[in-house]
Amino acid sequence: MAPHDLRRPFKRPAISDQQRRRELSLLRQTHHRRDAQLQARCLASSVLSLQSRSSEPVSDVGVELVPKSESLPEQESGALTKDLDVRQASRLKGAEARKLMLPEWMIDVPDRLSHDWYVFARPAGKRCIVVSSNGTTVSRLRNGSILHHFPSALPCGARTRDVSGSAQSYCILDCIFHESDQTYYVIDMVCWRGYSLYDCTAEFRFFWLNSKLEETGACGPPSHYHKFRFSPVSIYSCDQSGLLASYTGAVPYVKDGLLFYNKHAHYQTGNTPLALVWKDENCSQYVIDTDSKGQVLSQQQVVLELRDDGKLSTSDDPVVIFGCLDGEVIQMSGLRSGDLLKFDISVGGLTLVDGKLEKADLHYLGKVNRARIFADSYSKVMFQHMVRHTPLKFEDLLASISLSDDQENKPCDSEMVG
Amino acid sequence: MAMEVTQVLLNAQSIDGTVRKHAEESLKQFQEQNLPSFLLSLSRELANDEKPVDSRKLAGLILKNALDAKEQHRKFELVQRWLSLDANVKTRIKTCLLKTLTSPVPDAQSTASQVIAKVAGIELPQKQWPELIGSLLSNIHQLPAHVKQATLETLGYLCEEVSPDVVDQDHVNKILTAVVQGMNAAEGNDNVRLAATRALYNALSFAQANFNNDMERDYIMRVVCEATQSPEVKIRQAAFECLVSISSTYYDNLAPYMQDVYNITAKAVREDDEPVALQAIEFWSSICDEEIDILEEYGGDFTADSDVPCFYFIKQALPALVPMLLETLLKQVEDQDQDEGAWNIAMAGGTCLGLVARTVGDDIVPLVIPFIEENITKPDWRQREGATYAFGSILEGPSPDKLLHIVNVALSFMLSALMKDPNNHVKDTTAWTLGRIFEFLHGSTMDTPVITQANCQQIITVLLQSMKDTPNVAEKACGALYFLAQGYEDVSPTSPLTPFFQEIVQSLLTVTHREDAGESRLRTAAYETLNEVVRCSTDETSPMVLPLVPVIMMELHKTLEGQKLSSDEKEKQSELQGLLCGCLQVIIQKLGSSEPTKYVFMQYADQIMGLFLRVFACRSATVHEEAMLAIGALAYSTGSDFAKYMPEFYKYLEMGLQNFEEYQVCAVTVGVVGDICRAMEEKILPYCDGIMTQLLKDLSSNQLHRSVKPPIFSSFGDIALAIGENFEKYLMYSMPMLQSAADLSTHTSSADDDMTEYTNSLRNGILEAYSGIFQGFKNSPKTQLLIPYAPHVVQFLDSIYMEKDMDEVVMKTAIGLLGDLADTLGNNAGSLIQQSLSSKDFLNECLSSEDHMIKESAEWAKLAINKAISV
Repeated sequence: MAPHDLRRPFKRPAISDQQRRRELSLLRQTHHRRDAQLQARCLASSVLSLQSRSSEPVSDVGVELVPKSESLPEQESGALTKDLDVRQASRLKGAEARKLMLPEWMIDVPDRLSHDWYVFARPAGKRCIVVSSNGTTVSRLRNGSILHHFPSALPCGARTRDVSGSAQSYCILDCIFHESDQTYYVIDMVCWRGYSLYDCTAEFRFFWLNSKLEETGACGPPSHYHKFRFSPVSIYSCDQSGLLASYTGAVPYVKDGLLFYNKHAHYQTGNTPLALVWKDENCSQYVIDTDSKGQVLSQQQVVLELRDDGKLSTSDDPVVIFGCLDGEVIQMSGLRSGDLLKFDISVGGLTLVDGKLEKADLHYLGKVNRARIFADSYSKVMFQHMVRHTPLKFEDLLASISLSDDQENKPCDSEMVG
Repeated sequence: MAMEVTQVLLNAQSIDGTVRKHAEESLKQFQEQNLPSFLLSLSRELANDEKPVDSRKLAGLILKNALDAKEQHRKFELVQRWLSLDANVKTRIKTCLLKTLTSPVPDAQSTASQVIAKVAGIELPQKQWPELIGSLLSNIHQLPAHVKQATLETLGYLCEEVSPDVVDQDHVNKILTAVVQGMNAAEGNDNVRLAATRALYNALSFAQANFNNDMERDYIMRVVCEATQSPEVKIRQAAFECLVSISSTYYDNLAPYMQDVYNITAKAVREDDEPVALQAIEFWSSICDEEIDILEEYGGDFTADSDVPCFYFIKQALPALVPMLLETLLKQVEDQDQDEGAWNIAMAGGTCLGLVARTVGDDIVPLVIPFIEENITKPDWRQREGATYAFGSILEGPSPDKLLHIVNVALSFMLSALMKDPNNHVKDTTAWTLGRIFEFLHGSTMDTPVITQANCQQIITVLLQSMKDTPNVAEKACGALYFLAQGYEDVSPTSPLTPFFQEIVQSLLTVTHREDAGESRLRTAAYETLNEVVRCSTDETSPMVLPLVPVIMMELHKTLEGQKLSSDEKEKQSELQGLLCGCLQVIIQKLGSSEPTKYVFMQYADQIMGLFLRVFACRSATVHEEAMLAIGALAYSTGSDFAKYMPEFYKYLEMGLQNFEEYQVCAVTVGVVGDICRAMEEKILPYCDGIMTQLLKDLSSNQLHRSVKPPIFSSFGDIALAIGENFEKYLMYSMPMLQSAADLSTHTSSADDDMTEYTNSLRNGILEAYSGIFQGFKNSPKTQLLIPYAPHVVQFLDSIYMEKDMDEVVMKTAIGLLGDLADTLGNNAGSLIQQSLSSKDFLNECLSSEDHMIKESAEWAKLAINKAISV
């Protein structure tokens, strides 16, 4: 007969620290294996081949110790951004992280909207980039100023014991801070646990965003170690039902227009036609530009950048020229190249020929508030102009979808998932 | 020949080494030359009453060892060997065995009982030896008591050996009838009664049907309860052991008997001999275990329709049970705190009280407080210690609200007792109780902190002072500090410990240097606490961890200087090296996890690695597990720079992978293979031939513990992910192994939870290997090499899906692999997946899973598959 096991005297420790070390090691290994797998999958889904990653030395994690690597020439680091490498990505934590992907305004409906695009209701609020690293989280507005500095449940976003936490591990999220419920709505994921998603398609980034964010607990209610709630937004395929859902569906935030993202587009900083914003009175309080008191302006205003040659340009790349100030005016007003100037569009309005800007009747108002750092984009000016004259209506969007559906009677290729 | 066997068996037990060795050699030869005849001679020897008892006993022992082994694989071989023996020979052996049961020589009888049970363990599941139970039962009615006793013992062993489902209910009924009759007070012979009571203990698991029958259950319970009143202490003890077993196996059926059982146990706890009293306490501990499990399953939801109802026996017995347990606390044994293996009524009573507190929560507090108040200031140390122990025991279970008041009152009393009480036991228990307070009532989740700005300094001062006390008290003080530090693990960035950090570290180091640090595991406790303090250091204090690095390195260096050590000294050296490597591991992990400290720490990397290598070199045949674990952590911090250590480290890595005996070491080393793959990526390539060879050998070995095999498969995946298409040359070896392991893992009928768990871990390892290989080959021109393996992978995924017994981890890995397959092979996999039996269902099931990890992998797979089938 087997003797009955005596209970372990409970004045002795129940678990040995060695066992604990063993278990923590196993846990660390499991996490790292998972990270490696995810990285492989993420890389695989981007246009980059695995070889280009392997050819890039990964050994240089320690390189940043050497001060001169900090001063890599700007163009080189620019050239390298195509390579998915932790080093490049980690530089993004600095100045580059402030560069957001900026949607153009929708002035015409793209082809294949229902096939190649996502749509979602944009939360009203402050667009910002949120970086979590080294046990803290910082959100910065587009102009680089810090919005919040706080602990969060994002990876490395608060000082807690995290066996999977590595030095390189940090996250960069593209968010909108929604004031009334004090929530960061995450509209895009740029880096996750040290892995850059810049060169991943929107399809992948959104997939990653939806699956990863939840797992961290960042969507949970605020607590001492998690000051603000994060929340993903519902992203739809831009078919008829998706478009309707985003336009009419209830969301916990105040809507400010709809955002359209091309599924195949990578995260590209600056203005891009592969992300578009569209608004009307039903889904935004701010369709037509207002003054600081919220009054709709009687005339459309634009902000343009003054160039060396006196020309007035948009923030696009390449720029669009709206007009020219003569040298005398510039000197008199003490203006300098690079200044952002505000104009009325006067009675003459904008003259378009074949869809291109031919002439603008501008009336100089003065310099803009210093917080502004960008001129208006061409698409914004045009959208505002259209809103006042011939707006692009929601019905137009819907119509273009049903039209393209009729034209391309392609079978659905997602048989596997119904 | 027969005479010769006797002599050889006797010689094999000779004091003379040469004689013994010679005899063992002869036995081995005999066995190898003619196994059937060897076994038959042994059984004849055992059965022959004219032979000396020593040769008979050894003959029986060798027979037993020819039928069973601890090691799973060896056991399987022996079973197959027995089953393939000539039926005639087996019958003759079995006849000898049964005959031996009637022998007047007790040693021969009892050896035969065990051998019969082993044979039964092999044959009954095969539906062989159907007459066994019948013939045993016919023995019961024989007159000589010793035959009856031997037969009951055999039935007991048999029930222990075979699983209930291979014995039909009719036989079960008969066995139970015979056993319970043997236990009955009417049985005059104590030996028979004892044998019957012990047999019942093993037979209880067969009695499911009988326990569902009110009359039969009443009868069994009555007989067991009567046996607890036997004049013979061994019978009483065995009867209480039955009660303990019944309490967990038949918890549902206990209600009608609880009042009687309470009376019986209370009397035994108060009056009976210690072995009996301990079992009586154990009965209540076991009921607590059951109810804790049930209530945990309920969660907070008391309306839930749980399969198992909770009868709240403990809650009902509380007013009587608690005073009974409190009494036991005063029955301490002098010096019990110096004896690691000590177990007595006071300790069992305290343990039970702790379980009761966890079972009923708040209700226990008012029942215990008066006892504490009454005794804690008494002149007799037993009363002070008992009161403190009672307090410490009930700290887990009741809500903090219920405890906070008394804890706040008690805290300063405890601190002062720890300094001033003249008795060592009282101080030991006081320090332990402080540790329990910090473990359960201190930490960021508490609304009202027990440790405040006002008392923090005093607490730490007392604990550090107490670490200079006798080893047992100092060890408990270290333990208290461990939990104190743990409670501050997630405060940021300023921890209340910051001002004391250096002093704490210094004091702990001083403890490790105490002359008597070897007693009461004091040195171990000090290092463990140091580890926890390091783990919980904040941004503010982690720079203060840095200076520890050279200190611990120096300590480790010192252990390497001793020469010509005795085996005892060697063991101590190795133990100390383990502690130091463990500490370095924790430090490396801590400092490596944030950039600023990591860069400063990295200056030591070369030296640390040098020390680890020297630790390895201390031993000739084995590698040090702790050093191996630490190297895994180091590889993670160094990244691809780890390559420079590989030329020297490689041989130890190989040695670790070859360590079949200490499978933990092998397992840890396999984990480190993964670490260095991720650290070095393609730089690992030059070592892969060697590593893969070892891993493949490990997989083919029958000696290696099976738990290591799943991680070996996972490490295939790690290697493939690191070296990409270079894995090509290992495909022809690894793929067939993966395939056959995959087949094996789908054809196991998972008899028990252990097997199901193992099967799942094996599947997970195989799936991770495939995932790594497929992802490793992604975008390589050699991708087509994988195409021939794809159908099998899909088939494997189909079959594990169909078997419906995957756990979440396997599900997540499996659906991820489906995506990897599609991702790497594109339309080559697309058609396979579309044609597969269950891929679509599997994917849909995973997509709608509650588990976000599964969902995430499924969404990835969906993307990849959609791409693959649309191309």
